[in-house]
Amino acid sequence: MSDIRISDIDKSYGQTQVLRQVSLSIEAGEFVAVLGPSGCGKTTLLRCLAGFERIQGGHIEIGGETVSAPGRHLAPEHRGVGVVFQNYALWPHMSVAQNVAYGLKIAGIPRTERNSRVAKVLDLVELGPLAHRRPADLSGGQRQRVALARCLAMESRVVLLDEPLANLDVHLRGALEEEFAAFHARSGATMFYITHDQSEALALADRVAVMDKGRILQFDRPEALFSQPQSETVAGFIGEGRVLEAEDIRPLGQGRAAASLLGQRIELRCTPGETARRRAKISFHPGDLALTDSRDAIAGNVTRATYRGAYLRAEVMAGPAGDIPLSVNIAAPAALCRGQRISLALRDGWVIPDAAPSHPS
Amino acid sequence: MPLVQDQAARPPRARRLLRALGSERLLTLALILFVGLLSIAPLARLLHAALFPQGSFDAARIAEILGGRRVLEATLNTLWIACAATLLATAVGTMAALLTALTDMRRRTLWVFGFVLPLMIPPQVTALAWVQAFSPASPILGPLGLSLPPGTRHPLYSMGGIIFLLGLYNAPLVFLSVRASLQRLPASLVEAAHANGANAGAVTRDIILPLIRGGIFAGAALAFVSSIGNFGIQAMLGIPARVPTLITLIYQRLNAYGPSALNDMALLALLLALLTVLGMTLTAWLGRRGDQRVDAAQRPPRMALGGWRLPVTALAWLYLALCLALPLSALFGTALVRGYGQPLTLDTLTFENFANALFHHEGLRGAFLTSLWLTLLTVAVLIPAAVALGYVLSWRRGWVARLLRLASELAYALPGIIIGVAMILFFLRPLPVLGTGLYGTVWVILAAYLSNFLALALRPILGGYAQIDRALDEAAQLAGAGVFARLRDIVLPALAPSAMAAAILVFMTAVNEIQVSVLLVSSRATTIGPMIIFLEEAGSSTLAAAVGCLMVLLVLALMGLSLLVGRRLPEGVLPWRD
Repeated sequence: MSDIRISDIDKSYGQTQVLRQVSLSIEAGEFVAVLGPSGCGKTTLLRCLAGFERIQGGHIEIGGETVSAPGRHLAPEHRGVGVVFQNYALWPHMSVAQNVAYGLKIAGIPRTERNSRVAKVLDLVELGPLAHRRPADLSGGQRQRVALARCLAMESRVVLLDEPLANLDVHLRGALEEEFAAFHARSGATMFYITHDQSEALALADRVAVMDKGRILQFDRPEALFSQPQSETVAGFIGEGRVLEAEDIRPLGQGRAAASLLGQRIELRCTPGETARRRAKISFHPGDLALTDSRDAIAGNVTRATYRGAYLRAEVMAGPAGDIPLSVNIAAPAALCRGQRISLALRDGWVIPDAAPSHPS
Repeated sequence: MPLVQDQAARPPRARRLLRALGSERLLTLALILFVGLLSIAPLARLLHAALFPQGSFDAARIAEILGGRRVLEATLNTLWIACAATLLATAVGTMAALLTALTDMRRRTLWVFGFVLPLMIPPQVTALAWVQAFSPASPILGPLGLSLPPGTRHPLYSMGGIIFLLGLYNAPLVFLSVRASLQRLPASLVEAAHANGANAGAVTRDIILPLIRGGIFAGAALAFVSSIGNFGIQAMLGIPARVPTLITLIYQRLNAYGPSALNDMALLALLLALLTVLGMTLTAWLGRRGDQRVDAAQRPPRMALGGWRLPVTALAWLYLALCLALPLSALFGTALVRGYGQPLTLDTLTFENFANALFHHEGLRGAFLTSLWLTLLTVAVLIPAAVALGYVLSWRRGWVARLLRLASELAYALPGIIIGVAMILFFLRPLPVLGTGLYGTVWVILAAYLSNFLALALRPILGGYAQIDRALDEAAQLAGAGVFARLRDIVLPALAPSAMAAAILVFMTAVNEIQVSVLLVSSRATTIGPMIIFLEEAGSSTLAAAVGCLMVLLVLALMGLSLLVGRRLPEGVLPWRD
């Protein structure tokens, strides 16, 4: 009913192409996040889905119905899609209850039924006592709940969220993330969440689409994005990933491979179909490096050590020539100082597949 | 599936039609029809009549008309007057803006109100007031013995007089534009120059003027357009002074020869339009040169006048006294005496002229009522149209939006008399359905008003749109609301103050205007604006003065009224608010 099929859509403004052959297949009731830097086209993608923008190629289906195609464009008011805008877009001249009721009023639902449904929805988001307040008199969190209630009242099966937490301070974000999760569980709606904040995307979504320069780079479960990135860009983007070149890759079977990094033999994870290669890009995260006493280790000089609370972050120049910058997280009771010589072991890493397809979905 | 579709299973027929067509497409279509019929079609007709009067292009005819001695003289006069008046307006307006926006002059708010006021007074009243300033009835020059003895040539009935009045009249336009630039200027830029050792003069010359250059030239462009198309002053002073300009030439020839001169006058109107657009483009181009990008100001700069504060303030107020009090008091003086030329004393004081103007003069009462309901109808049509047009211009892209904007602005920038000629041409022939032409009826004037004032109504409304978050509209769209429901439920409540300001601006301009309707008035339909010229031509100066006084009072009342809604308005919508 509310699955979304986006197939090869193109969108450009004049000479600049904003979306290039974007395809996403989203199941009904799934929570999907689109993650990318600003200007990558993710907001345009949302606006195409909502019907605010026309597309020049490909097509979009919602619940089996084609809503956007080069020759066809269903107006936003007929799509039955809910949107939570970045600043929530609550109508300032209407009370909370009127904001929630407006769509029902437009649909011509009789007053008594309308009132009871609005009351029910407001109780659900715990805003019943504030029904007659104006949006300006609400806190940021309450405003967000009104915006969600508006989607709930319309019984939107698809809810699009446009960076709803971008303007809020860190403390509020955590609480509001929970609201979204609860809303998703309660409504069972398909959620499409746009953000540039990866912790938000990884925490909330069933699957995350990483986007850059108008293309989807990878659409996958959060843990897969983190541990099995399919391209250098994704590897570098997610979780402070570090990409280095390793030599002499030899598959060992069962998704393991041996390789040589900075002159040291290491073992890595890889795709089951990995073949022997002379060189390959590998990715790992600061937490994958650890201090070691072993002599078979990557040697490096500490250039900077920063106290980060739970751990100590060290910036290291490593390798035979001391020209490879690495970042290492070291568990809390540790003391490092600038110029200190340390030995590092790589505990985990991933061989980035060769010529990875841009979106294996 | 969305609930909207379950519930509205069988909407009424009209709704179904609306939905099939798409309410937004319907709105766009209606707007294209509105603007097309009122702006594009008449101007196209003008172009056709000017260049292809008999269906073919005749270069010899064009050369003959444009090469005529009178036309050549009028063209040169027009250019010289418009350029000189623009220079004067730019100098005065820029100085006023620097003074009020940059210094700590005393009582600035009141001064700004007084400085901008002349812009709101109909130009024919301004001209009349200045003419009266040297009459014996002037309460300022009269007692001083500086009034002109009867029989001497009036100094304002000259080329210099026209330039002087047009310059003063349009100075507020430059003032407003420059002040807007100054308010965007961050104080830190000026403070940095002071820190480098520059004094106030050097800062103004080296930092401020280069950065507000865009505002100065934009204001100058406005002043040029307004000067070249100002019928009231050019006719009131130019006709008695025998200084022909293109506008007065068109007016006089059409009056003398009637519709038979239309095709030739269309050509002159086209020439005037060309000069207007050329002047505007050139000025705007000059203003765009040089990098003037600044970060938006948190706090505009202020410079202390120090010991100069008192003399500067006194000089500023002296200017207002000269340019506002002198003519206006003379206008009231003339309106209060029995016969023109009498000094104002207790013996000659009478309210007869006001009583005549208000109650007894048949023609005046008719003209006033015509103006009133025409203006109200114009406001009633234009404000909803402008709100809808503003919606498309602000929130929709594409060539339709661009075309609509260009068309509506062109009709406003072009001198009103050109719209007048275009409207006559357009409505002269019998209409297809009615079988009779509208020429000579009040409906032509209405059409001209709608065409000419659309952009005026649009400006504050576009300002209002800029302050509304577009997501509010999109959220309503997602709730299932069509464009008409959105305009009514979401846009209009947020836009109400701007729409109100637009209504007041249009009302104030249209109720007293002269340039659009002066060619369109007939014995069957006369508006109040041109009546001043007719009365003055007929020798009823005192009655004309009384009508002028009433217009000034009306304008003041409306300005006062507007200040009541003023607090909720976006900045810069009401020019007379500091």
